[in-house]
This record gives sequence, C-alpha cells and structure tokens, in this order.
Amino acid sequence: MADKQSKQTPPRKSRYTADHGMAGAFEGETVTRRRFMTGGALAAGGIASAAFALPALGFALAPMFKDATPDRWQDVGPESDFNPTTYVPRVVNTDPGVGEAGKATIYVRKFDPESDKPSPSDQGKDPIPYVVVSTRCAHLGCPVRYYQAPKRFVCPCHGGIYDFQGKVAGGPPVRPLDRFDARASNGRVEVGERFSVNSELRRFSPRDPSNHLDGLWQYLYPSRPST
Amino acid sequence: MSKLTPPLPKFLRPAPPRPSEKERSSDNGEPNGKPGRADKLRESAGEGGAQVVGWLDERTGASPFLRGALYRKVPKGTNWFYTLGSATMFAFVSQAVTGVFLAMYYNPDATRAYESASHITNEVFLGELVRGMHKWGSTVMIVLLFLHMARTFVFGAYKYPRELNWVIGVVLLVLTLAMGLTGYLLPFDQRSYWATIVAVNLNASAPLIGPFLADFLRGGGEFSATTITRFYALHMLLIPGLIAALIGAHLYLVAKLGTTAPPWLRAEKKELTKEEI
Repeated sequence: MADKQSKQTPPRKSRYTADHGMAGAFEGETVTRRRFMTGGALAAGGIASAAFALPALGFALAPMFKDATPDRWQDVGPESDFNPTTYVPRVVNTDPGVGEAGKATIYVRKFDPESDKPSPSDQGKDPIPYVVVSTRCAHLGCPVRYYQAPKRFVCPCHGGIYDFQGKVAGGPPVRPLDRFDARASNGRVEVGERFSVNSELRRFSPRDPSNHLDGLWQYLYPSRPST
Repeated sequence: MSKLTPPLPKFLRPAPPRPSEKERSSDNGEPNGKPGRADKLRESAGEGGAQVVGWLDERTGASPFLRGALYRKVPKGTNWFYTLGSATMFAFVSQAVTGVFLAMYYNPDATRAYESASHITNEVFLGELVRGMHKWGSTVMIVLLFLHMARTFVFGAYKYPRELNWVIGVVLLVLTLAMGLTGYLLPFDQRSYWATIVAVNLNASAPLIGPFLADFLRGGGEFSATTITRFYALHMLLIPGLIAALIGAHLYLVAKLGTTAPPWLRAEKKELTKEEI
C-alpha cells in the first residue's frame, strides 16, 4: 500500500505564488520576491562587472584591428643603384616608434623580364618594376642573408634556403620570402607595403611567418584583421 | 578541545616559574612577600608576545586554521622529495621580490629598455646580483617545478582525490613557462628580440587561431612599441597574480587533503588479538 503511494507522481505544484498561501501575493504572480531580488542582485553585479571588463578587453584587443601596414612609400635610393643580377641591401622603417627594433633590412633588385615570370596576380598589369624581398624568414621570422655566389638566401636559425626569386629551395620554410610593393618615381626607387606570396608568386595579404599559402593548408591560416 | 588539537607550540606556552623566582621577588618586593612593581613589569613584558597573538587570535579565529595547516599529520615515509613543492614556491617568492625591485629601475620603452637593463647591471648598487638572481632564479623555478611534478607523478600522488590539484599544478606550469617567455623579451637585446620574434611566430603557426594569437601577443600585425609594454604588463601583473592565486588554491588543497605516503610503503596490517576475533 505504502509502495503504491510512493510510486504515484506527486501532484504538480502550482506555479502561482498565490496558490502557495504567500502573504500579499498578486493575482497571476509566478516569481517570488526572494527569487526576484536574487536575480536582480546577480544582474546588477553582472552589469557592473561587464562595465569594466568589456572596455578593458576591448582595450587589450584593439591593436589587433589596427592596420599594421599604413600606406607609406619610402625612398631607398636612385634607380641607378639597382640591377637585375644582384640584390642590394637597404634598411627601411617598418615602425618608426620603436627605434632600432622598427627597422628592417630588405633586398632590392630590378625586375628581369627574361628570368622573372610575371606573377599570376599581375595578369593584364605591368609587373612591379623592382623585386623587393623581405629578410624575414618564412619559417619563424629570423633574418635571412643573401649570398651572391650561389644566388641563395640563407636563414641562420633553422637552415631555410631560398633561391634568387625568394622561393623555397630547402629547409623548413613553408612559402617564399615576403615581398614589398615598389615603384620608380622621379628617378628614385620607392618601397611600399609588404605582401606575402605563395609558391607561384601569387600575391596575398601579409601573413606571419610559418603560415602556409599553398594547397589545402592555406585555409588553416586565415588573413588577419590587422593586414 | 585541548585533547583533539595539538598543544600550543613551546614558544606560546607560559613559562613555568623558575626555582629562584620566589627568592628574587622577595628581594625586590615588599617585605611581606607581595610582588613589587619591577616584578609586575617583568612579568607583563614576558607575556607581551603571547598577548599580541591572543589579541589577533580572538579577533580572527586563525589559530585552529593555522594549527590544522601547520601541525597536520604527514604520512610515514615522508622524505626530502616532499620539499620540492615548497622549494618551487620559495623560488616564486624570490622571483616576485627581485622582480619588484627590478621594476624600480626598469623602463619598458622600446627605445629605453636595453639601456635601463644595462644600467641595472652596470651602475645600480647590487644591480648585477638582483638581476642575476631574477634571471637564474627563473631557470631554478622551472627545474624545481618539473622535479616537483615528477615526484607527484612517480609517487602516484595525482590520484583520487588529488586530481584537481594536479590540474591546478599543470596550469601553474603553463603560467610559469609563460612567465619565462614574457620575461625573455624584457632585456631587449638582440637575443631577446629574435627569440621573441621566433616564439610569437611559433604561436602564429597554430592552425586557425595562430594568426590571431600572434597579433594578440604582439599587439598588432608587426612587432611594435605595444609589444614590449604588453609583455611587461603580462609578466609583472597578470601572470604573477594568477600564479599567486593558484598557489593559494594548490596549498589549500594540500592542507585539506593531506599528502600521500610513498608508494613503497604498504598499509600496516595489524594482527588481530583473540579477544577482537
């Protein structure tokens, strides 16, 4: 007998506070005042926390959305300084605010219509008249150095090797060396924005070293808001 | 109560009267044997320490808690390997103290950081020592941390009910390595600069989140003035705060759950007497 009773489901409690005999309950009220105050206190605390946490978070994340490569053209010397057969090192300012750390070495040579195939991105356009190669290794960002005799770029950190085009010739790098925009203006060579290239020298937005740009791998390394 | 809790440590117990006490007091006191003013002063001076402790204890109720934490029972076979955790914590405290004093001279500006660091080493009194302790202490802390972790693993001390403490310890390990990474940039010489470039690009190599992670660490698409201040803030405020809080949780669990006996000790089997059977 007792077992039978316990198996029966207990009668559903009414959701109206008035049915529970609460003093001063309103008609149709379902939320007790204690519950309402608890919720109100939690909501007030949540709003107060969000009021300082969200601006602080935005403050910390904001630089990620700032354009890292402002449109600037830097003079690197007269056109007569550069030829198509060898690279000439030049120093440019990538970030004027940080002294030595904001300077970067680049290698500049004239575009050679015979040996340089135009990039697939240049279809129907004139190719960039100067090949400006970044010294930032596409493996982990160490500075590469150009050697004229083998016509290779060599990275001292993990042995990455690039050919005269800046394409990977050996070692761990995942894509060719980055390049910079270049133009000739009044007999001077000017260097502009950085861009990344894949193994066909197709142009991409500037990527971090170690980010692939070929095959299926490229979809694992999306473009960033800062570039 | 007094039977359940261990007795007060010796230095908190009132000293028993010395055999010569009575004679001396009669020397200083009144002829009828009542204690004099000098005796009363001497007596209250002796109890000063106990009175301060008593005052604090009455208002905080700390003594049962402290007694539980400091006089807790440890298992048989507890040995020197059990001190590795305390040693790691001591290394952290040493890093915190030397770091606070280094911050008095260090300047996290990209154009000033290197000069201020070499100023600490070459010109500030004992600067070389304090900077050296901070630099080598970081290595010591990581070595001790791994030894402590190895002890916990080999002794099986991560098992039920201490899994949560293992997880907290792993988070502490990651945070300590993050301290090493962020601190490495701060001298801002060639080595720190290029090591940080490589370390940030290693983060960039993570699929999908990598590029964003690298931008977050650098504070932008390129290494900039923001990067070093950002690493500095992480290194001296955010990560140490988290480490200190988690060490507190780690210690609480150690005190709450107790430590484990070494695995080579077996539970003692008591021979039952005839009456018990």
